Amino acid sequence: MSVPADTLSSAPQLDDEQARYRDARRRERWRRRAMPALGIIGLLLLWWAVVVIFQVKPFIAPSPWAVLQTLIAKRDVLLANLIPTAGEALGGFLMGNLVAIAVATLFVHNRRLQEIFFPVVVMFNSIPVVAKAPILVLIMGNGVEPKIAIAALVCFFPTLVNGVRGLEAVNPQAMELMRVLSASKREIFFKLRVFSALPFLFSALRIAASMSVIGAVVGEWIGATQGIGAMIIQATYNFDSALLYAAIIMSAVLSGTFFMVIVGLERWIIRWQPETA
Amino acid sequence: MAIAVAAAPPAQDTSASAASGMAVSCRNLQVRFFTERRAITALQGFSLDVAVGEFLTLLGPSGCGKSTFLRVVADLIRPNGGEIRVFGAAPEAARLRRDIGFVFQDPALLPWRNALANVELPLQVAVSRARRAKATPRELLELVGLKGSEQAYPHELSGGMRQRVSIARALASDPKILLMDEPFGALDEITRDRLNEELRRVWRELRITVLFVTHSIHEAAYLGQRVLMMAANPGRVRAIVPVTLPADRTLTTRESAEFVALTGELRRLLETC
Repeated sequence: MSVPADTLSSAPQLDDEQARYRDARRRERWRRRAMPALGIIGLLLLWWAVVVIFQVKPFIAPSPWAVLQTLIAKRDVLLANLIPTAGEALGGFLMGNLVAIAVATLFVHNRRLQEIFFPVVVMFNSIPVVAKAPILVLIMGNGVEPKIAIAALVCFFPTLVNGVRGLEAVNPQAMELMRVLSASKREIFFKLRVFSALPFLFSALRIAASMSVIGAVVGEWIGATQGIGAMIIQATYNFDSALLYAAIIMSAVLSGTFFMVIVGLERWIIRWQPETA
Repeated sequence: MAIAVAAAPPAQDTSASAASGMAVSCRNLQVRFFTERRAITALQGFSLDVAVGEFLTLLGPSGCGKSTFLRVVADLIRPNGGEIRVFGAAPEAARLRRDIGFVFQDPALLPWRNALANVELPLQVAVSRARRAKATPRELLELVGLKGSEQAYPHELSGGMRQRVSIARALASDPKILLMDEPFGALDEITRDRLNEELRRVWRELRITVLFVTHSIHEAAYLGQRVLMMAANPGRVRAIVPVTLPADRTLTTRESAEFVALTGELRRLLETC
């Protein structure tokens, strides 16, 4: 029944099989990368076909070609408006997440506070962003402050929830170990909780990265003169559909870039495999 | 009431109070847990003396309070009644002195630290209390057979290797007693046998007291100098069985008539728990 080990290793077809397996894996990886690109190209072609076949008026929907032309022709205006939006989104992202992490830390160390305020935060979060935005504009005026505040607000919630979950998701036996070692609360926090929370935190930050752009754009809808949000509103009123779509693409590129930066940061910081994996 | 207590003579009977020359000594220990529906008596009237340097295995059905007892010794659970001394002091004092090393069923390694950094953890926590084992963390890894794996992260190690790291970590702060809560319960039998053999070697080398909880009759008989058989509902001592096997045990010891007779006896006791 048993095969001597050397017959296995000396079999010449084994290397062939190994190589074929590796090739198959490589093809599979490429296929998986190529498929989404195929989807995007297909969608663009479909869009183009619909616009051409049904002779859609340019003020209702532009052709992809018209959008591309606008992107190139008006790149200076688009970039000039992208910068304030990016700044607001980034500012809101930093502020919202920093406050959320601080509050999550507080909640984990003071259960009473968590019991009192967590439901309030959940309630507040259930108000739609578009409804919260005018309130903040009324309070903070027409500058960049309300936009940053709105972006911060939409980032705050997912990070708070995941932060609390992450800081509490400590392996119970690792916790007992720290107690056997007579560790202080501070040591438990910095040597155990922070690291356990990082995977949770990053999945929240990925959400917050795109949410912050949404927040900034929505903030600009209400009485802003510059920014992608303001452009979207103006383009809509002027029936300049090509500019509208170009502005939308700019905002998508912005949130996509934010997202990728966070993913890169996550890969760089979390090099271990989470315990559950 | 208060006067009566004050007037009562101090307890003369030494068997009624915990002995001080022991590694662990307890009398009439009681631990109760409460759930919405009922109260669970995890330990009742539990008395035991463990000599310094002894290897005691605790065997019994699930829910008989074996793990609870280890947690009382480690000051993770406060008993509801009775008396317990760990090296002559309260469990809290023993914990604060770093007399206690704990090995859990889950190795509970910190996944962001490599093997060496995990073993160093006890030396980096509560630093003012930390004692250093004579052996460095690197030497401890070598002691548990992990020389060369210092830089490996937990996810790169097998289950058995992780538990070895966990044992080295427990030894890093030079504990006087090692509490092991089913440490090899999740491992395959081959790995388990090998770790059993090596644990005995480590114990004989370090002359440390070990309390070892297990579900396995073979493990209990092979490792211990005495086997403490426990019964459930409420958790209590069923019997203490001395192990008369030679101190120099190998895995072939388990084929001896003596060993077979011993495990047979343990099995019969376990069935009547």
